Amino acid sequence: MRIDDQALSIQQQLRRSGARRRRQRLVGHALVYAVMIFLALLFMLPIFWMASTSLKLPREIFAWPPEWIPSSPQWGNYAEAFGKYPLGRYMLNSAILVAANIIGGLISVPIIAYGFARFEFPFKHVLFLLMLSTMMVPGHIKLIPMFWLYQKLGLIDTYWPLILPAYFGNPFFIFLMTQFMRTIPRELDDAARIDGAGAWGILFRIIIPLCRPALTVVVVFTFVWVWNDFLEPIIFLRDWDSYPISVGLAFFQGRYSVEWHLFMGATLVSIIPILVVYFFAQKHLIGGLASIGIKG
Amino acid sequence: MLSLWRNMTTQERRDAKTGYLALSPWMVGFVIFYAFPILATFYFSLTQWTLVDPPVWIGLDNYVRMFTRDPLFVSSLKATTLFVALSLPLKLVLGLMLALLLNLKIPGMNIFRTVFFIPAVISGVAVSLMWIWFLNPDTGVVNTLLHYVGVQGPYWFWDLNWALPSVAIMSIWKVGGAAIIYLAGLQNIPAHLYEAAEIDGAGKWRRFWRITLPLLTPTLFFQLIIELIDAFKIFTEAFVITKGGPLKATYFFLYYFYEEAFRNFNMGYASALALFLLVVIMGCTVFVYRTSGRWVYYEN
Repeated sequence: MRIDDQALSIQQQLRRSGARRRRQRLVGHALVYAVMIFLALLFMLPIFWMASTSLKLPREIFAWPPEWIPSSPQWGNYAEAFGKYPLGRYMLNSAILVAANIIGGLISVPIIAYGFARFEFPFKHVLFLLMLSTMMVPGHIKLIPMFWLYQKLGLIDTYWPLILPAYFGNPFFIFLMTQFMRTIPRELDDAARIDGAGAWGILFRIIIPLCRPALTVVVVFTFVWVWNDFLEPIIFLRDWDSYPISVGLAFFQGRYSVEWHLFMGATLVSIIPILVVYFFAQKHLIGGLASIGIKG
Repeated sequence: MLSLWRNMTTQERRDAKTGYLALSPWMVGFVIFYAFPILATFYFSLTQWTLVDPPVWIGLDNYVRMFTRDPLFVSSLKATTLFVALSLPLKLVLGLMLALLLNLKIPGMNIFRTVFFIPAVISGVAVSLMWIWFLNPDTGVVNTLLHYVGVQGPYWFWDLNWALPSVAIMSIWKVGGAAIIYLAGLQNIPAHLYEAAEIDGAGKWRRFWRITLPLLTPTLFFQLIIELIDAFKIFTEAFVITKGGPLKATYFFLYYFYEEAFRNFNMGYASALALFLLVVIMGCTVFVYRTSGRWVYYEN
């Protein structure tokens, strides 16, 4: 009887403490959400302000106190921005550069990584270390000699300087792809070899199709880097019409009187492709990056 | 080398040939895009050269000028060092704090991760333009909010003392990029360690200092090197927003290099500047690497 009583009271206590813990957790969650939402709003403020400004009337831009959300959003501003600035042209240029770089990466990176991942040969480890060490070399050191070289070859003011390097393999991508290929079981190669496939057949029919997560990383990172690149285009390109969007945008400032409502609209439009790619790709990136120990 | 080749079996030789063939694009690229530019920069740095005339050998004159009588070199070095000293620690600490928040197991956290990472994927130009407007002294959001609480906001990018901190604040806005990498490190820490510590009665604070932080040091190390190299290469913000001003307050090193090389076409002197930055970056990397044995924890 006494034991039963005791058991009952312990049970009650447990239930009570469970409820307390649940309540504590709920309060904790609410607190975390409050902090996260506050921080998220804070971080999004510059983007929100850009979007808000892009929908204002010219006289509202410098109004005091500023309006947070324009009372009559001027969607026509975007049409005006596209008409006034060669936005479409610049984004097309960027798209061409992105596509050419992605093709280069997709061709060169798997082939080079295949050599590192699947074959034994003298000096392989030295070469691999050399490849890794080039990741640390800051890009600015190349600018003057390459400018000189491209000038000799008559390639200044063409897209070649901005495209060619991709066809010789980016070291970060080679590293990533090599690590990824090492996780693919060699038994698959052997099976294909028995079926009569050669070394290149194995690469193109067996390995590359299995490398999709790593190839996704190559595509997405190339997209983001090339779309955002600024220093190389301003050095290797002269003609206004050939500028990618990053450079075009930077020069709107000096070239046009500052109409901030149009200007912020143009800036917003310029980041939309990046945001779209990022939203669609983020799930697929995890598998590709996990192979080098970075996952999100 | 030849004997090495002779001692290989036919299969081994075939493998080696395929391997070298596969690597050949990279090897060609290495010569064109790494070996040649570094050697050429070194040579050009010993010459006077305006791109129009052939380079004239002047020995170490460029370096003598750089270290003894170039006020712009000094001010650009000062601005860059200040920027690194200001933004790097803040980015490392705030990135870790943000990652700890994002690592909490709470529904909907993925949305927050996406939101905080957005600033890190937007181009430097777009970010710069956005922030010119955001920090506008008269009608920008920040000064408006400050006005509401009765504070007269500074002139940000247009104030001698605030320009550099403003650029640093802007770079900290991109802290989500660092946070994502920390997050990966946090998720690699085995849960059983926390469970064991909890049974032993270790509180949250203690668990952070004794488990999380030591096991995160490899990530921290990786992050430190990446962010260090990145901070030294600051350029776009100076180009788009401040043009190095006011009064050279944001005249960062790479911007100085750019103006010397591609505006003034002093290619010889600019090559010396480029090489100097390379040595500084490499030196810092090696220093961090060398001291890492003392504070980076490696399993095994």
